Order: sequence, then C-alpha cells, then structure tokens
Amino acid sequence: MLKRYWLIFLIMALLTPLGLLAEGTAWGEWGPEDLAAMLGFVPKGIDQASSWWQALLPDYSVKGVGEKAGYVISALAGSALVYLAAMAYMKAIARSK
Amino acid sequence: MHIPEGYLSPSTCLTLTGAMLPVWYRASAKARAGIDAARVPFLAMGAVFSFLIMMFNIPIPDGTTAHAAGGVLLAIVLGPWAAVIAVSVALLIQALLFGDGGVLSFGANALNLAFIMPFTGYYTYRLAAGHAPAGSARRLFAAGLGGYVGLNVAALAAAVQFGLQPLLFTAADGTPLYCPYGLEVTIPAMLLPHLTLAGFAEAAVTALALKYVLKTSPEMLAAGQPGR
Repeated sequence: MLKRYWLIFLIMALLTPLGLLAEGTAWGEWGPEDLAAMLGFVPKGIDQASSWWQALLPDYSVKGVGEKAGYVISALAGSALVYLAAMAYMKAIARSK
Repeated sequence: MHIPEGYLSPSTCLTLTGAMLPVWYRASAKARAGIDAARVPFLAMGAVFSFLIMMFNIPIPDGTTAHAAGGVLLAIVLGPWAAVIAVSVALLIQALLFGDGGVLSFGANALNLAFIMPFTGYYTYRLAAGHAPAGSARRLFAAGLGGYVGLNVAALAAAVQFGLQPLLFTAADGTPLYCPYGLEVTIPAMLLPHLTLAGFAEAAVTALALKYVLKTSPEMLAAGQPGR
C-alpha cells in the first residue's frame, strides 16, 4: 500500500519543475537585492539578518546543475530528509514515554 | 507565505515561537499517547507530501507566486495534532536546508502553516461535512472548503505579522527596520492571491487527495477521524 504513495511522491518530485514556470517571488519573500530595487533601500533588520544562515541549497538550487535539475534534486533530497526527520522525531518522543 | 529571515523583528519571532511551544508540546504529547507505531510512517509521509506540494508555485498576475501547503489534508487524514508535527518538520527542513522561510522565523511560519492552517481548515471541514457519509460528495466538498479556508486564514495571519512590523519597529530616522509594508498593504497583498488562486489549488488538492486516500487505502485515516 505504501509503495503506491512513494510512487506518487516520486512523480510529484519529478514534476516539481512545473512550479518554476511561475516567475517572480512570493509576496514578502524578496531578497535584499529585490528590496533595494523596489524601495531604494534595504531595511536594516533585513539587511543584517538575511545572510547569517547559509542554506546548503538556497532556493532549491544545486551548484553546478541547471535550475530544473537542481529543483528536482532538491525535491528528492528534501523529501528524504523530511521523512527521516519526521521518523526520528516520532521515535524520540516514543522513547521519552 | 514562508516569512524570510529579517522580515519580523527578533522579538516578534520570539513571541510567536513562544506561542507555538505549547502547541508543539501538546502535539507531541498526543502523538506519544495515541499514535500506533504502525502509523508513524503515515505521519512522516504526510510531511513529505506537504514539503513537495509547497514546491509547486502558482503564478499570480501581479508578478508574485503562491502555493498550496497540504496542511488541511493532513489534518483530515492524520488528525490535526499529527498535522502540526508533519508540517512543522517540512517547514524546518525548508528553512534549514533551502533557506525557504527564515530560521529565526520558523516559529512564526509553524504557527501559520502548521497550526492555524490545519486547525481552521479541519474544523471548517467538520462543520461543513456534518454527518455526511464517508466519501460522499458533501464530505469531499467540505474537505475542499477546509483547504480553502485554512490556507487563507494562514495567509491572513502572516499578513498581520508582516504588517505590524513598520508600526512597531522603525529606525531613528523613521525608516522601517523589518517588513516595510503596513497592514493596509500586507493584508490585500497576501489575501488576494490566496483568495483568488492558491486557495482553490489547496481546495482541489485537499478534496482530490482525500478522495484518492479513501478509495485506495481508507485505513490511512486515523481512528476516530470523521469520514473514515
């Protein structure tokens, strides 16, 4: 039964580049460069906070591969990590019984 | 609607994380007491579904994008408290690995997408479904309505958090320190795309996926979930 769902997730992951057809950024999720262009300045708090955390795969991109391939790799790697993290969390709380 | 780093003040992030702590605690206590070990993989797969569905950006005519989030589907299938954990895990990986949503604003994003969304959507579904039989058209419509309402209430919550920033936090010269737009801008900007497009995507995902789960593996619905 679960196999069927994993197959669906695999198909979803392979289709995620459809999500790249939407151009632009979600409202309120602009980077400092975008804000500078929109406002003429970058709010200080955003400027200071925006780069302290360096994501390994920023914006679902993978260095050295194209945008679509990077997005699919991100979908697959992210799915695996989300699954493992959720399983680990559930095991941890079960142990703390 | 993943609030990035720096758009909310550190004090706002702290406050909203503080609001989320008892929710996480209760969700974990519920899971510990009530979840069958055999059902744990369903919860983890729900988290994967939420993660993947959020990658499908929908173009919005004003040049921005939005997406469905899956939280109401998870609440209907797994129960709303299990949905809190599943969506929180997806948001955490998004923030840490992909920079989608800030690390400091993780609590705020979890409050909106992992708590407000699944709960408002779930209770909308229950109210709209009434005692309609499992798999009936009314129940599926109610699920879609729950998805629509849940996503929009979450978008409104994010809009309020964004929009309060310039009221509360400005530099000495009056320029905003964090999100520069006030409520009069953030509420229409967040709600319009979700009311007109993303909400319907969420509704379709919720109703169709629920229909599929009920058809192929109704045992996936947690015991006690209405519509099983």
